[in-house]
Amino acid sequence: MTTQRFFIDGNEAAARAAVKSGCSFFAGYPITPATTIFQHMLDMLPPGGGICLQGEDEIASIGFCIGASMAGLKTMTATSGPGISLFSEQISFAIAGEIPLVIIDVQRLGPSTGSATKGADSDIQFLRWGNSGGLPVIVLAPVNSADCYNLTCQAFNLAETYRCPVFVASNKEIGMTKESVSEEELAEIEVLTRAGSEENSSNLPYQPFGASTDSMVPVFLPIGGTALVRQTSSSHGPDGFITTSPKALAEGVNRMRNKLVSQRDDLSIYRLDTDPAADTLVIVYGVTARAAEVSIKRLREQSHCISLLVLQTLYPVPQKLLRDEIAKVSRVIVIEMNLGQYVREVERFSGATEVEFFGKMDGELISPEEITRVIVP
Amino acid sequence: MTSLLNQQRPPFFCPGCSHQRVVQALDKSFQELGLSGNEIAIVTDIGCSGLFDTFFNTHALHGLHGRALTYATGLKLACPALMVVVIMGDGGLGIGGAHVLSSCRRNLDITLLVLNNFNYGMTGGQCSATTPVEATTSSGFLGQLEAPLDICAVAGAAGASWIDRVSATDSTLSETISQALTYNGFSLMDITGICPGRFSKRNRRPKNLVSSSMESLEKRSKPDPKRVRPEYGQAYRQRTKEARPASPMRPIAASSTPAASEPVGILFLGAAGQRVNTAAEILCLSAMHGGFYATLKNDYPITVLRGHSISEVILSSHPIGFSGIEQPDIILALSAEGVKRREATIAGAKPSCLILQEAGLDLPRTPAQVIKVDCTSMGAKKNERPLAFLAVLSKYRSSINEELLYRGLEEKLKAEQLEEALDLVKGFHASSL
Repeated sequence: MTTQRFFIDGNEAAARAAVKSGCSFFAGYPITPATTIFQHMLDMLPPGGGICLQGEDEIASIGFCIGASMAGLKTMTATSGPGISLFSEQISFAIAGEIPLVIIDVQRLGPSTGSATKGADSDIQFLRWGNSGGLPVIVLAPVNSADCYNLTCQAFNLAETYRCPVFVASNKEIGMTKESVSEEELAEIEVLTRAGSEENSSNLPYQPFGASTDSMVPVFLPIGGTALVRQTSSSHGPDGFITTSPKALAEGVNRMRNKLVSQRDDLSIYRLDTDPAADTLVIVYGVTARAAEVSIKRLREQSHCISLLVLQTLYPVPQKLLRDEIAKVSRVIVIEMNLGQYVREVERFSGATEVEFFGKMDGELISPEEITRVIVP
Repeated sequence: MTSLLNQQRPPFFCPGCSHQRVVQALDKSFQELGLSGNEIAIVTDIGCSGLFDTFFNTHALHGLHGRALTYATGLKLACPALMVVVIMGDGGLGIGGAHVLSSCRRNLDITLLVLNNFNYGMTGGQCSATTPVEATTSSGFLGQLEAPLDICAVAGAAGASWIDRVSATDSTLSETISQALTYNGFSLMDITGICPGRFSKRNRRPKNLVSSSMESLEKRSKPDPKRVRPEYGQAYRQRTKEARPASPMRPIAASSTPAASEPVGILFLGAAGQRVNTAAEILCLSAMHGGFYATLKNDYPITVLRGHSISEVILSSHPIGFSGIEQPDIILALSAEGVKRREATIAGAKPSCLILQEAGLDLPRTPAQVIKVDCTSMGAKKNERPLAFLAVLSKYRSSINEELLYRGLEEKLKAEQLEEALDLVKGFHASSL
């Protein structure tokens, strides 16, 4: 059998996955290293009747997506650190208004405008907390091009299922690194259509934020359909009108929180490579996982017993997984391409086990050799 | 026709507020145009004008301060049949200025009603972008230092073709709103009014102040024939009909299976504009034809045709983990810019490393094996060097043979570019060096 492989970078993979997932609306603003996602979407969407826009800024780009999503289209935008900063108020709206939306953050070296052509996992805590109100979000972290494809497909399904913005925390070193990817690595993920329709909304007049206690996710109807739809960024009751009732306010935010955190185990995507004899667990995500895999393979060849946990869902934090795996070892090492962001989450579930950290922000990848020196000082 | 006003939620503006008149006039226009609520989306932002959507039985989208036009744009493009009306105050106009300008330039069929009452009512009467310099506001002297914005003039300069300025008390208000709503393109109405809760409290003759300020502002014809352009959504959809479908991902079929071997790291050290990245990709595609796995990682500055261009290629008979090169096996020293960036790598290279060096370049002392290639004397231009080096490399490293290199070239290049590249590579293959 002849081997067939594609040669694609993470940005192309994410764009291809978006189209595969039924995304028909993209808006973005040029920013290195995310620009090529916009370019690919511009190549792919308009010929198929879809829409790709270049906003006057990032605020407009994500605003276009919010409008189009409320009209019923699957939408995506892509940016990097400085753009994520500008997205912030609109991210809050997408959370508050329960607006399905996929956001690819091809992270670059911060702080601030930082280095446009250098990689880092600069924005991990910003993605989680860069919204007013502090409600949870979903953040997925790809390791390579195939992951960019597969996790973007997942992101679209999660955005539909939970009616929320879903982040794919990519990195310049994945988004703009081309690599050979076989067809088998690109998963065939069932594509969910936008939930809800006029027919199954029995409780007309439509309650745009009315959700049963079971699903906790309101049925979606589009603006522009037969039933009148109200969308609002302001605190609202199930009818979409502003409310100051403490009961309605509490019910609303608790439901929005619980619809995600109650599902945290199901939302957890990860790769676990355990050695039963290991007393050391290395926890990584993103491009750093690639160096960690190489390092641990070499150390195992020298008879070191080490377990590796690669997290592909960063948020909601996979609490049970972390607790269970940390309980099996006496030493936990978190390695990140920043000065220590996700390590804070790991520490929350490490009990009495001290968590060691290694990270750097110098524009260079963390190498297998550096990781080896951390594991075996 | 039936009123679209929400009987359960009557307007509750301050007594005497001009916004109230606009609510009535807008409802009258909706009725005159025979529209039902689900044919309309009212999009609002923050401030007293942001309450508008709650007074109507229509679709509603209420969002962040100044961003209403961004939602409206996505909504209208996604749902062209919908009548999209944006309502914002002079506050939203100021904070969302970029979106107003872009909407004027874009000419999407949206109607923007600016409820201009010359101050920020909801937050306590601070000055806005339209506050007359003579007015007193809670921003003290700050409002008297900046020139008020003539939104109609600005909108005209930004390309809007349908612009009008009316007073909320004008008897023709509803008629004008109807014209704006039915215009096929972006329409902007500057609807001036008095804020009784704030502005009137501090300014003794608010009407005089506002009208004298308005007289000095230019009034526009509508639509301005000089600015009439195709509606954006229609133009967009027309273009998409003509757009050529994008090419799908092209699989590369391996013609052979490589023998298991250690990964090979190849470092291209070149300059921007030298087609380093293209050559590196051709090498990867060639190797993939030979059944290898490949990664290609680039390093370059933010400048376009200046500075270094470095590519790191890894070829391996098995899947590649880490995509950086720890110790290169091959270095192609193509230009001073790239060499300068990786002097330490060259100096610290392992003895088994092969360096192909362009003849005129200075290299740091290195334990690696260095072979000079004189591209210039062989007639290869600076931007042909990377490809020429690949041809030379195939003589020293059999894993990338001539045949595979030709396949890689055919994958990446087309027509004239391909022929030129094939000539170049064949020339270097034939040469004895």
